[in-house]
This record gives sequence, C-alpha cells and structure tokens, in this order.
Amino acid sequence: MKPAVDLKMAEQILARYPAEPRHLISVLQDCQIAYRYLPRDVLELVAQRLGVPLSKVYGVATFYKAFSLTPRGEKVLRVCTGTACHIRGAPLILNELCSRLQLKPGETTSDLKYSIEAVNCVGACALAPVVVVNDVANGNVSVTKARRLIGVSTSLGRDSQGSAAAKEGN
Amino acid sequence: MEALRYQDVKALATHAAQLAASPEATQRRLLVCCGTGCLAGGAAAVAEALEQQLAKLDKKQRVQLNLVCKKTGCHGFCEKGPLVVLMPEAIFYKGVKPKDCEAIVHQTVIGGEVIDKLLYVDPATDKAVVKYGDIEFYKQQQRVVMRNIGLIDPAKIDDYILRGGYRSLAKALSSMTPDHVLSEVEKAKLRGRGGAGFDAGRKWRSCKKAAGDVRYIICNGDEGDPGAFMDRSVMEGDPHGVIEGMIIGAYALECHHGYIYVRQEYPLAVKHLQQAIDDARGRGLLGHDILGSGFDFDIEIARGGGAFVCGESSALMRSVEGKVGEPRAKYVHATDKGLWDKPTVLNNVETWVNVVRIIEHGADWFTTMGTAGSKGTKAFALVGKVKNTGLVEVEMGTTLRQIIFGPGGGMLSSGERGGFKAVQTGGPSGGCLPDSLLDLPVDFDTLTKAGSMMGSGGMIVMDHSTCMVDVARYFLSFLTDESCGKCVPCREGLWQMYQIVSRICEGNGDLKDLDQIEDLSQAIINGSLCALGKSGPFPVQSTIRYFRHEYEAHIKEQRCPAGVCKALITYSIDKEICNGCGACLSACATSAILGERKKGDTFEINEVKCDRCGACAAVCKFDAVKVA
Repeated sequence: MKPAVDLKMAEQILARYPAEPRHLISVLQDCQIAYRYLPRDVLELVAQRLGVPLSKVYGVATFYKAFSLTPRGEKVLRVCTGTACHIRGAPLILNELCSRLQLKPGETTSDLKYSIEAVNCVGACALAPVVVVNDVANGNVSVTKARRLIGVSTSLGRDSQGSAAAKEGN
Repeated sequence: MEALRYQDVKALATHAAQLAASPEATQRRLLVCCGTGCLAGGAAAVAEALEQQLAKLDKKQRVQLNLVCKKTGCHGFCEKGPLVVLMPEAIFYKGVKPKDCEAIVHQTVIGGEVIDKLLYVDPATDKAVVKYGDIEFYKQQQRVVMRNIGLIDPAKIDDYILRGGYRSLAKALSSMTPDHVLSEVEKAKLRGRGGAGFDAGRKWRSCKKAAGDVRYIICNGDEGDPGAFMDRSVMEGDPHGVIEGMIIGAYALECHHGYIYVRQEYPLAVKHLQQAIDDARGRGLLGHDILGSGFDFDIEIARGGGAFVCGESSALMRSVEGKVGEPRAKYVHATDKGLWDKPTVLNNVETWVNVVRIIEHGADWFTTMGTAGSKGTKAFALVGKVKNTGLVEVEMGTTLRQIIFGPGGGMLSSGERGGFKAVQTGGPSGGCLPDSLLDLPVDFDTLTKAGSMMGSGGMIVMDHSTCMVDVARYFLSFLTDESCGKCVPCREGLWQMYQIVSRICEGNGDLKDLDQIEDLSQAIINGSLCALGKSGPFPVQSTIRYFRHEYEAHIKEQRCPAGVCKALITYSIDKEICNGCGACLSACATSAILGERKKGDTFEINEVKCDRCGACAAVCKFDAVKVA
C-alpha cells in the first residue's frame, strides 16, 4: 500500500494559475519541484482542475524530460552529456557515478538519496564536463571530483563494496 | 524612484540624461561575472567577499573611492572564471578566489597596483595582459549583440538605460510607423539566428499580411543544441535587450502579446527575464499605453519541459499551449496559423536583440557587416579542445580558422593526440568539418554547402583523441532519444542507424553498412516533418564524407585510431614511466589495477577485469597509462 499523497501543495500551486489547459506544463513543473515527482493523485487533481483529460496529462508528463512519475532522490545528479562534455570525458564521469552508486541513468537509490540523470547540454560547455547537483553546476569534473559529489572519498572497488550510497551521511 | 513610470518618450530621455549626469554614472565599477560558468567556479563567494572587504572600509574612504561592485552576466571567457574586472581602468582578473579579494580591494582598487598572479597570461607570448581589451580573446571580437553583457547588472533596469537601453524603442514609437520599422528590418536583410537563417523581414511581412487581427510573437529561448549557450548568456546577461527587441517587433507587427519560451535547464535566465519584464512593466515600457504611444504589448514567460524537439517552432508553439511538443507539417505556415492557430512570428533570442541594434543604427549600418547573403555578426559558443573556450561574437564571414585560432587561441594540447582534427557546427543538425575546410567563411550558406550548417552557433572543436565514429554515434543516440516519435522514418530510421554505427564502434561493422547508412539517411531526410529528422543524418553523413578512413579502420582493422571505442582498445601501464604513485589504483572501480602502492614498484592492468572506462588514464599525471 502506498501512503496517500498530501494534495495540499498541489492545491496551492493550482491556486496560482488560472484554470486553463495552457497552464498544464507550468503547473506540472511546480508540482514536480514540490513533490520531486508527479504522484498519480496529483495528476488526477490537475487533470480535473485544468479541464484536461487524464490521458493528455499523462502524455505531457511522460513526454517532457522534466517530469518523473517515480520519486527522485534528494540529490539529483545531472551529468551533462552535451557534445562538449562528451568529448571532454562525460561518459567517464557518468560511468563512475553509475558504478559507484550502482544505478543506471534515470534511476534512484533505494534510500532516495541520489538520482542520476544523463541530460543533454546544460549550457555550461566551457566548463566541460559538467555535473549539476540539484541546481548547482559543478564544472571541470574529474573522476575524483565526481566521487566527492556522492561523498565517496577513498578507493571503493565495485567488487568489494556494496552500494556507495550507504556510505553517504558523513 | 521606484514608482517612476515614463509617461512618454521624453520622460524616458530625461531620465536617461539624469542617469548619465548622476554621480553613479562616473563611479568606478568592480564587475564580478556571475554567469553560469563563473558561478560554477565560485563567483557568488567572490562577489560576497568583495562586498565584505568594501564594507570594512570606513565611510570616508568609501566615499573617496566612489566604487560600486556589480554582479554582471557572462563575460564570455568562461574558461578562466571567476572573472573580476575593474572599470574604467579595465583591469582584468581571472581565476579569482575569495581569498584574493582583500588584495584586490587594497592593492588594486585603493593602491592602483596590478596583482600579477591574477592576470591572464597569453599562451602565445607568455606575457601577462592587464587590460580587458588587450586580451586576444576579446580583441578579435566584434560585440554587437553582446555589447552590454558583462558590463551591466542584468537585474537593474537603470544599468540598461544608462547604456542607451530602450532608446531604439523610443525612436521607433516616436518617429517611425510600424511599417517603417518593418521595412528597416527587411532592408537590413536580417536572417534568423536560430539556425535555419530564414529572412526575418519576410517572415514578419507574411505574418502581417495574414488574415485576422490577433497575432503573437515568440522569442525562442529553447537553446537545445548541445554545445551552444549564446542565448543563455544573452537572456541571463542582458534580458532587457531581448524584451526591447520584442516590443519593437510587436510594434511593427501590431501585435499585443508575446511569449518568451525558455528551456527548463536555464533557471537563471527565467529569473532575470521575469525581473526585467516586471521592471519594464513598472516603468511603462511594457503593458498598457507604452511610453504614452497608445500601443499595448505584454510578455509572458513559458518554461520548457526539457524536450529538444521543442526548439522547433511548431513543436514549441504546441508546448506553449500546454500540449505535447510535436511538430506539424510545414505547408501550414506559422505566420498564417501558429500559436492557437493565429498568425505568429517566432524568432530566436539573438535575432530579437539584433532588431534593437538595427533600429538604433539603421539598416545601412547593419549591412556593412557580414557577407553578401548573411549580414551582421554572429555569436558562437566555442567549446571543446580549444585553449579559450567561451562566447565569441564575430562578423559573419570570418573563417573557421580565424575563430578557432584567433579568439579561441588554438588547440588545447599538442602531442600525439592533440592537434586539430575536426570542428562540429550546427549541433545535431550540423556536421563535422576537417582541417582542409578551415578557411571556409562562416555564414548561413557556405557551411551548408560543405555538408554542415552554421546553426544556432555551437562550435565544438575536436582533436585526435576524439573518434569521429563515436561522435556520429553520440549524435544518433541523442537524436533517437529526442525524436518525438511522430514520423516513423525519424523514430525508427535513426534508431536503426544508431544500431549500425554502434556495431561499427564495436568492431562488428561491414563496409556495406556505409552504403546502407546512406540509403537510410535519404529515407529519413525525405520522410520527416521537421528539422530534427530532416537534418538528423547530417552528423553521420559528414563524418563518413570527411573521415571515411576512420570508419574503415574500425571495420577492416578493428581499430579505433583515437582510442575511444571501448571494444577496440586496451589499456596498459608503461613501466618505464610509472612511478608507483597509485593514483590509478584509487581511480579504478573494477579493481583491475594490480600492484601495491610501494616506492619503486609499478602497476599493471588486468585486462579481463578492466572495463576500459579510462579512469586510470584520466588521473595519471605522468601519462603512464597507454591506450592502444
């Protein structure tokens, strides 16, 4: 049984916009920020209030990358995989973060601490490779710096070590 | 002051004159770059430290100094951030840290001395350069669109007005008819800066001719091309420039509502634009009866949802309407039926700012710059393996070589895998050009003929450590991910092409694959509605055209000359060079490094355990890790 979602935040967000279908994306964006994902109950509420069929709301929620239907972690690590970052080592950084956290891009650790996303260009190409943690851009990320972002400082072989996320919290 | 609202054009001019005569206008300025690049480098802490240092001075001294510290938009030289510039002396400091701020205030601001260690050293001459304008990176640029960026605080409307802001709007409203404005833009032969290079004047004209009295204008700030961030800097660093251009455009088109569509990855741009809109509205520059002219116009910001295809005009309009961003057939022109099926003009951020300059200086001035078919200047995001990465604005027609080896400062590294190999322009719709084409002038038409395109202005320089097959695969993976799925040839064709190129990267390719890619490319180009599909095969086609030998090395010899494709490379440690420091040991996530961290000992790589991630090579300071 999933716990019921508190719809108070969604109500507050809806109150800020006129109840017109054109505000759907803005409303969902604010809900995504508030809940860190889009719970079904929220989608249903938004559909009803803005007068958009739930199927269309679902379509929008799954079309745009900004939205997630499953909870995202406290820290969302967005590894920029734009061209400039790609040729300056983004695949290496993505690989490092994924293997340390034992996640695939788009996944979240079971303790909801970290999510990893591979995103297209964040527009800070001069600092490639870039990892955006929540809203803070980190430039010229090396393997060592990437590890620091997830609180791993020493050598942790993948063979000998479980989820590095467990190490976080220090 | 806050309630100031310009009743008419004269009131704006009077206030601008007051500002110019005020003590603030002659104040010395300490400009801290707070563009995204510098912020990532810690610019916020630098600005705070400078403020603290200034606050420590006694009041008398502060009055005497007559100095203000400003947080500006992107100076463009992101590579060297955080940047601090002292004006009017134009002393340029790079790589500034909070601990340097005490020295900056006491030695430079008060003492008038230059701090050598913060100066930019020209890699060509090895000499330190003191002044902003003397740095090759800036010296070789011609900043028309970006003229205010880095010099003003984007959150302060008075800064913009002091730099001559809203003068063009005043000129248009007071001395030009809407049609006169439109003809001036036509005469300037302004072409859209978003990539396609469509004649802006023609677009405006057809929108105005379209039936109906409700029209919309849109500013496309959905800069999705990876490797491009010109629009981001403009929106963040000079938001009023975008707004002024839109108001002038709206006046010409007799339109009353505009939208700025900004991608969600640019939160700072949204913040600055919103503030600028609110301030402009407060001053009577937006909203009802602008500058007492009787003309009404307002702007709303629409945030994108993170979909590359929404940079395409028809998809963008669907997104503004709150729908899924799918493009539609082009025989319906947006100038007839665009947003909510009303005639709509959509232009890119840079295009709108150019409108301001054209009205200010006239079309004749604008057409003195550029080539026969492409007038004016163009901003480029010069990134990748060059020494000076950042934003560069040059006259149209400047050659690739002049850009890369001029402001760009040349290649980042020399040596075995350094040196120029290719430049990628036009993002996922563009192509990769080899060194034999470096002397091509950059404008809308020349690069298209060479199999690439100028695009919105991303310019990614690659050296010999970049595998062109991998680059092609990269773009295909990008495009398969971003294809909206509406057109089958794009959705399935690009995916199929990705499979083929991946096979080549893995050493399982066949020479026939190259022909098949060509066939498939034609099908995708012919069968897709929008530019995502229509130009999607370009990166692959251009790499095959100019770097066929690399594809052949992958196919015939199972070899990746650049040392990138994992299936075709092995890592080893050169025992002659390795000094046993153990950096690779900590870097390896698969425990593939054998050996102990002991003086005089060296390491080895277990090929079976090695997953060829390259982490060891990246951390080795001595280049002991070799890839073959």
